Amino acid sequence: MTEVADRVLSIRDLRVVAPNGAVLVDGISLDLKRGEVLGLIGESGAGKSTIGLAAMGYGRGGCRIAGGQITLTGTELTQSGKSVREAMRGARIAYVAQSAAAAFDPSMRLDRQIIEAPVQHGVMTAPEARAWMLELFRALQLPNPESFGLRYPHQVSGGQLQRAMMAMAMAAKPDVLVLDEPTTALDVTTQIEVLALLRDTMRRYGTSALYITHDLAVVAQIADRLMVLRHGKEVETGATGEVLQAPKADYTRRLVAEREGSLRPARGSQKAGGEVLLALDRVSAGYSGLTILNDVSLSLRRGETLAVVGESGSGKSTLARLVAGLLSPAAGRVTFAGRALEGSYRKRGIADLKAIQMIYQLPDVALNPRQSVGETIARPLTFYRGLKGTALRDELRQLLALIGLPDDFADRLPGALSGGQKQRVCIARALAAQPDLLICDEVTSALDPLIAEDILNLLRKLQDELGMTYLFITHDLSVVRRLAERTVVMQKGRIVEDRPTADLFQTPQAAYTRTLLESVPELRQDWLDDIMARRAR
Amino acid sequence: MAGTTRKFTLTSWIGLALIAANLVIFLAGPLLAPYGLEETLGTPFAAPSAEHPLGLDQNGRDMLSRMLYGAQLSIGVSLLAVGLSFSIGVPLGVLAAIRGGVTDIAMSRTVDAIMSVPVLISALVVLQALGSSLPVLIITIGLLDSTRVFRLARILAQGINAMEYAEVARLRGEGLVWMIRKEILPNAMPPLVAEFGLRFCFTFLFVAGLSYLGLGVQPPFADWGGMVRDNQQGILYGLYAPLFPAAAIALLTIGVNLVVDWLLAGRTTVQGENR
Repeated sequence: MTEVADRVLSIRDLRVVAPNGAVLVDGISLDLKRGEVLGLIGESGAGKSTIGLAAMGYGRGGCRIAGGQITLTGTELTQSGKSVREAMRGARIAYVAQSAAAAFDPSMRLDRQIIEAPVQHGVMTAPEARAWMLELFRALQLPNPESFGLRYPHQVSGGQLQRAMMAMAMAAKPDVLVLDEPTTALDVTTQIEVLALLRDTMRRYGTSALYITHDLAVVAQIADRLMVLRHGKEVETGATGEVLQAPKADYTRRLVAEREGSLRPARGSQKAGGEVLLALDRVSAGYSGLTILNDVSLSLRRGETLAVVGESGSGKSTLARLVAGLLSPAAGRVTFAGRALEGSYRKRGIADLKAIQMIYQLPDVALNPRQSVGETIARPLTFYRGLKGTALRDELRQLLALIGLPDDFADRLPGALSGGQKQRVCIARALAAQPDLLICDEVTSALDPLIAEDILNLLRKLQDELGMTYLFITHDLSVVRRLAERTVVMQKGRIVEDRPTADLFQTPQAAYTRTLLESVPELRQDWLDDIMARRAR
Repeated sequence: MAGTTRKFTLTSWIGLALIAANLVIFLAGPLLAPYGLEETLGTPFAAPSAEHPLGLDQNGRDMLSRMLYGAQLSIGVSLLAVGLSFSIGVPLGVLAAIRGGVTDIAMSRTVDAIMSVPVLISALVVLQALGSSLPVLIITIGLLDSTRVFRLARILAQGINAMEYAEVARLRGEGLVWMIRKEILPNAMPPLVAEFGLRFCFTFLFVAGLSYLGLGVQPPFADWGGMVRDNQQGILYGLYAPLFPAAAIALLTIGVNLVVDWLLAGRTTVQGENR
């Protein structure tokens, strides 16, 4: 049993209620020892961020802490007044958000924002706070620590800004950090770097943390214990190794299995592939003088899945937009089904528009909120295929069945659907056109892992049944491995490697591909140590 | 508005009641009036009494009767002018946003040029040149106001046009009519409805301003804004007279805004966040 004095944070029977009366978090109890990191794991809506904020005595958007006790370094937060809670925030407990860019004031230099909290709370004088900030900058390995604070937020990279936010959170030497998906918005290669520095810095200063994430492999590297959450309730809690190796609850088993499955190669169905459907020959393109795609050549056969992977800024989404006709090539040739393809969708014939359909990353903005599911899917049916009346209704019903949604969903507006259901509707809308090529632009990135897997399974099923051809744009290598026969790796607008997926994962040729592949977190707890050791050599 | 049932709130009831009352006055004002429009009944600015619940105006006419007569002109002129400004501004604004390029530049710069002259000055010039009659008044105000509506509609349509669902429709090969009617207008409705409520109230006051300068509703006909102006010297002597037509304008304004707020509550945002 833990010594009471050793506990920095203790939550008992926490209950948080939304303004509309919905219970967001119910009966959660947890203890945090000094220097301990507790991972809160779950999909969106599991209540993990709500618990993190409640630990600071705060409810977002009118949410209310309706019951339970929160004791932070001996002070009970739910019973104490507003001024007591405010004195604790930033000083004893601090928050690190997912988006560092949104957490910094763009018009203030970094150093002023970072020393604000300790000076404001009277924890340190300004010179003391500045000295401590420099020490943190060094610990977080920020470049030129002495002058780094003089920069504005837009003058540093995403990874650096995320580390600066760590420094801001630790500026007043808090006992507890609430880390809310702190590395999710970063590229994989940047993520491990930030993750390692974060862990080392917290260990060095004995800071405890609630680490909120949906990524089991990331949390495995940093958390001592895990709490799995679902629908605001605790599913199971235990030491990280135990939970990952011997999950007790069924839900945890599914989460772990999904993550492990993602690390295994795809089924080896190396289809022969038909004739070449899409070919890019030395294509360059960009926006207003800025070249984003540089001399890109690739080809895609009918019935094949080609994955295009790369980090942000690699030009992979630009490639998708080029094929879709939203961007015209500045040089090079694009051929589709043996014919030259017009650059702009405005010049393409209706047959080409019908043949190439696209699915987007964010189903929320890809569906018109004022059109029902039925209207959304029916439009391409009437527009391209002239279906009316009974034929239209039959086809609509078949499409709904194909994507696994009941008939009565046709009358619903997108607002009444979950994220995964919306993405299914987007897929049905694309299929309604009976396309030859489906461009999938990060289609699973915004979805929870288990939902994302369902969508991938659906796409795979559609390929088997309808012989679909996919151009799959993603930054997520685990998706590539499960779905694509062939993979193109892009970096800075160029193709660095183009090979069958299985070969690429086994024997990556380009140095960049190797870095990318080894940056994907694994479920082993010592993975981060291994990789940092390997890099140090 | 796809079949969602809306819950009535206290403020919505107040707003609806105010609008209903104004509607009755609008339709049946002259029938309800106890006295004639131009009847002089006593001393100017007489205080409210049993025969004249709202007192007499600056010419000794019954205030209540004049307000009941005035409702038709006040509400009618504003409603028609705002209706006109929306039926011109919205389609053109949306068109400019979708077409972009030269179309957008030509239309937007024309609107900027018109807007660079204060509305009151433009209106004065037109009304002076053509003479003030009700149709001229309505068309002038409608046209001048449509520049504001154009700018709002254009910026809303630009935002929606950049959404992925609009991109999907464009990539499908949809024409202009579908883009405007199905993709853009339904999603631009909430801010446009709010703007309609506000524009309606502004127009009221604008007509009042023109009346004061002798170019609005012509005497002896009454409109509420003009009545405020006509009776304004009463304020200097601590009299109630100008407060009654002003209160009528205020109540209608509040009523319209309460109903607009209620209509917009719980609507999805333009960004499709579906909250």
